[in-house]
Amino acid sequence: MERKAKKIVIKENYCIGCRLCEVYCITQHSKSKDIIKTYKGKGPVPVSGICFEEKGSVSFAIQCRHCDDAPCVENCLTGAMYRDKETGRVLHNREKCVGCWMCVMLCPFGVIKIDRAEKKVVSKCDLCIDGAFPACVEHCPNEAICLVDEDGKKIEKT
Amino acid sequence: MKKTKYLIIGNSVSGVNCVEGIRQVDKKGKISIVSDEGVYNYSRPLISYYLGGRIEKSGMPFRDEGFYGENGAELFLNARAEKIDALKKNVTANGGAIEFEKLLIATGGRPFVPRIEGIDSAKEGVFTFTKLSDAEAIIKYIENESIKNAVVLGGGLIGLKCAEGLIERSIKTVIVELADRLLPNTLDKTASGIIEEALEKKECGLIKEETVSAIESRGGRVEGVRLKPGGKTLKTNLFVIAIGVSPDIDIAKAAGIKHGRGITVDSRMRTNFEYIYAAGDVAEGRDSLLGSNAVIAIWPVAAMQGRVAGINMAGGSAVYDGMFPMNAVDIAGVPVVSFGITNPPDTGEYEVLEKKGDGFYKKIVLKNNIISGCIFLGKIERSGIFSGIIRDRMDVTSFKKELLSEDFGLLVLPKEYRKHMVVGEGIEV
Repeated sequence: MERKAKKIVIKENYCIGCRLCEVYCITQHSKSKDIIKTYKGKGPVPVSGICFEEKGSVSFAIQCRHCDDAPCVENCLTGAMYRDKETGRVLHNREKCVGCWMCVMLCPFGVIKIDRAEKKVVSKCDLCIDGAFPACVEHCPNEAICLVDEDGKKIEKT
Repeated sequence: MKKTKYLIIGNSVSGVNCVEGIRQVDKKGKISIVSDEGVYNYSRPLISYYLGGRIEKSGMPFRDEGFYGENGAELFLNARAEKIDALKKNVTANGGAIEFEKLLIATGGRPFVPRIEGIDSAKEGVFTFTKLSDAEAIIKYIENESIKNAVVLGGGLIGLKCAEGLIERSIKTVIVELADRLLPNTLDKTASGIIEEALEKKECGLIKEETVSAIESRGGRVEGVRLKPGGKTLKTNLFVIAIGVSPDIDIAKAAGIKHGRGITVDSRMRTNFEYIYAAGDVAEGRDSLLGSNAVIAIWPVAAMQGRVAGINMAGGSAVYDGMFPMNAVDIAGVPVVSFGITNPPDTGEYEVLEKKGDGFYKKIVLKNNIISGCIFLGKIERSGIFSGIIRDRMDVTSFKKELLSEDFGLLVLPKEYRKHMVVGEGIEV
């Protein structure tokens, strides 16, 4: 049995719209992982894996849900979008991607971002595979996004 | 006679998903797959990328090499199923018969080749484009004959992707399309216009509202094609016929299996024989927008149908409640996603919302405030949200004015729906 992924739970009533989640997502996915170097350095600023939505006083940040039945994985033409057997996360292998946009069409959350020029999926949440704890969750000042385990139990950063 | 519990004819997306469906329920029963192709597994839609040199053959499989072994499925390559004996439950392939308990017919589609004058004498330089072997043959021909230009008949998905592959190989290409626009089944004239401009920038020729009536050849090699109704002749040594596919139902038909355009199936993907199933481009399953059965020859439908068939073949219970046409494609650098009915009949029942901007176009077709179809061109990133809205036949009255807005997202959906769509997936609202 494949392992189910940890999930990020969104509480839109708690979101204050500060967008720090995006800032830290971008930083975590940069080469340097340093906030100043990421934003002020020479290289391009990475695209965040978060879709931030705001209307009036309501806002939330949504990222890949790492669905148990993930249409993006099931229908990927190349296997670029795949499920990590160890962690259950839905991950993307940029090398394999040809930009057919099947995943974009089928993601009911609309959280897959593309690079038109490169013809590749450019960003989706990987639950911070390189970090110990999702950066967006760690830096959310009001716990509007929390990490939970397979049973829905909240996981605190240790 | 060879014996197997599950026999699958066809090794593309339906066949592979069927294996996975079977294994969800039955971990042991013997699975055999017959394929008339010589490669263990590859994504058909990737042949245009292969033609264009953007990927290697090693980048084409959609399941790992270990897939068949891990799933205990025996794969017979270069084995064309010639005959199904539905009553005696066996299939003849490569001269030998294989006895089965449950059968899946996933023979897919076959390129449609019209009767064109001179087609029989043109032995070299005329191709169709649906399989890896087609792409390989075209590449070999281009290299051996130093081909510099090509004519592609058909401006649908296959024709366009083929043309794109040829252009990437620096072949000067002209597309001939009978309709007044490209991708006539999915795009309207506005959307087509934007793609036409992008193709023009890549120096791809396009002749609309014409077809090819005759092939001219010398010594068996194509020299040119004659257009109809214009009568003009285009000189070319490479002619690709890509006007569509039709369900490959011949062996099913001969076996007395019920069919319309494709093989008729119920919601469990069963044919009129309860132990014979069909899935994918060969099957005529439920179209949830039409409310009746239709062939929807697209990857996601084939995957879903194959999986449902597999689960049911193994004694499980799965229902295919229907899907609807949808396409995602990138042509000449323009990404396009479309769903459902995009060119509604002019009956007054439909309402159309449209917005066109610099390099993008969005169109939404509604009937009684329920979305019947849409086109997203240029900006496609959040289009997937509409796949859910259409599938769930959601009434959009409360957020209709937001449908075309730049920052359309989940936030405009009613709170209840937001909650419903993400129950158990981690949103609390």
